[in-house]
Amino acid sequence: MKKSHLKKMTVIAVICTWITLGISGAGVAADTIKLGVAGALSGDLASYGLPILKAAKLVVNDVNAKGGILGKKVEIISEDDMCKPEIATNTATKLVSEGVTVVLGHVCSGATKPALDIYKDAHIIAMSASATSPDLTQSGKYPNFFRTIASDDAQAKLEVNFALDTLKLKKIAVLHDKGDYGKGLAEYAKGFIEKSGKGEVVFFEGVTPGAVDYSAVVNKIKRSGAQAIIFGGYHPEASKIVTQMRKDGMKTVFISDDGVKDDTFIKVAGKYAEGVYATGPKDTSSNPMDKAVREEYKKVYGEDVGVFSINGYAAAQALLNAIQKAGSTNYDAIIKALRTDYVETPLGKIKFDDRGDAVGVGFSMYEVKNGKYVELK
Amino acid sequence: MEYFLELFMGGLIRGSIYALIALGYTMVYGIIELINFAHGEIYMIGAFTALIVASVLAVMGVHQLAILAIAMLAAIVYSSAYGFTVEKIAYKPLRHAPRLSPLISAIGMSIFLQNYVLLAQTSDFLPFPSLIPDFKFLEPYSSILRPTELVILLTTGVVMLLLTLLIKFTKIGKAMRATAQDRTMALLVGVNVNQVISITFVIGSALAAIGGVLIASHIGQINFFIGFIAGIKAFTAAVLGGIGSVPGAVLGSFVLGLTESFATGYVSSDYEDVFAFALLVLILIFRPGGLLGKSSTQKV
Repeated sequence: MKKSHLKKMTVIAVICTWITLGISGAGVAADTIKLGVAGALSGDLASYGLPILKAAKLVVNDVNAKGGILGKKVEIISEDDMCKPEIATNTATKLVSEGVTVVLGHVCSGATKPALDIYKDAHIIAMSASATSPDLTQSGKYPNFFRTIASDDAQAKLEVNFALDTLKLKKIAVLHDKGDYGKGLAEYAKGFIEKSGKGEVVFFEGVTPGAVDYSAVVNKIKRSGAQAIIFGGYHPEASKIVTQMRKDGMKTVFISDDGVKDDTFIKVAGKYAEGVYATGPKDTSSNPMDKAVREEYKKVYGEDVGVFSINGYAAAQALLNAIQKAGSTNYDAIIKALRTDYVETPLGKIKFDDRGDAVGVGFSMYEVKNGKYVELK
Repeated sequence: MEYFLELFMGGLIRGSIYALIALGYTMVYGIIELINFAHGEIYMIGAFTALIVASVLAVMGVHQLAILAIAMLAAIVYSSAYGFTVEKIAYKPLRHAPRLSPLISAIGMSIFLQNYVLLAQTSDFLPFPSLIPDFKFLEPYSSILRPTELVILLTTGVVMLLLTLLIKFTKIGKAMRATAQDRTMALLVGVNVNQVISITFVIGSALAAIGGVLIASHIGQINFFIGFIAGIKAFTAAVLGGIGSVPGAVLGSFVLGLTESFATGYVSSDYEDVFAFALLVLILIFRPGGLLGKSSTQKV
């Protein structure tokens, strides 16, 4: 009896020690400005999240080397949400409790939405480098949200105009992956096609991501007589569908989004990727700052920048610049700075409109030629 | 009619893909009544091993068929070793624990192996070479049946046949059946139960490896997560057919594959999973043990 009592006491003592350690740890770190970075850092979409985190680290190192902002060093606190909405709420809560001033993230639109409610309540600004769901800015529900990437309806519009006007096709199949991002984009595309009156949607369905085989849906598209497919989704499904189509001898034009404009798509689909169209952020490589960032990234990490690295870099710059301009970590002051002050980024000079979209950031159409995405002018 | 045939073949192929994985689930369940959630990860490890071996051999300029054979063999050996070890580490210490404990241990093993491969290899999708040669005689039918699909169909059939023969007619098969019926009694009459269970895991893992190599060369890409998704569907198929039954796993897989294919073809791919799982519920209402499973009466 006495022995177990002693055991309990020991446990309590250990817990108390931990708690004290935790408190003092947080106390020491209080004189830094905390930049939260949230997104898929593991899981099958980590190839979107990690390059953003790496880019943010470059910016922070740069800023700290110059003495930090407001006389304080900037510290990155990264949290993984695996692009899953149910995990993103935990991620957001964790970042809030760690006392971040601003958050760079999240990566996927589906995960960003639930996280934003938590940030809004905690008066924390979030800026995404990759979440393109139009709703995030257009709904007006999230005054604390900004992004350095254009929204999906801009992409869908570009895809539809390209199919109907540039390629002069009439019968379009619209396919998506049932996700927030893919389905949203597909619905915009469908709407734009119907409104234009220049073409018709002969097929509109979603596929299950991760399925072992897409032959049934490919056969169905073939039967629908579509001249082009507009696909809303990510590259793993796109490469499976394109490979299946080309192996079946289908030459249907394949047009997709920036979830597919990823070099992994070309690597995986190989020769079948040739001739695939995908929209992606405007090529900014003529901008000297962009070039410098790409080189630095390669030097530090030994690999080329990921698809959203440049947007991530710009977002980190915009956030830190706004804090500097605001002169404090006050929520309203930072928002005002983001909306009024231009900041020089690899994407060009940007600031944000009232809804949180970056002014001067847009999309271009790319085509796979000889194993590379080439921008079409 | 041609459309129907395409959908039918698509469904059969989907079914045999599920079956290759489901066979491993059902075997292990049949012997020790454990749902081995790490089975999908063994399948994924098989595919990764084959990819690594095949890339090395391709650089050395080995003939395509030799690459297929060696890569397959390497995958089988490596996956079997993993299956054997997983059983020894995660399940054997829990053999007399309540049934929930090994189940949770299995889920833990599954998560561990996924993340191990993620860290040791990459989070990206990797292209998987088409290891199966193009058969000339199939070219006119390429929209219906491609070489990899033919090989997958045949392998599933052969593997199911061999497994049934093994369980019915060999000494180890007899020992397996004895262990499945009553572990303590089998132990009392001199069956080396631990060895039988190990062999079951090795065979199950070898099947997963064969599946991994064939399916990966069919799909053309792999990453650390493929085992999880394929595993869930294969598990569904095994339950549908009657978990614990070898022909049941194959039948269940075909039923699931065909349902999904026709649901996509004639209704909408939006409802593919709805139809698949509605069917599962229906079958389990009328035949709780699955299509070919024995609904076991509780022993008092």
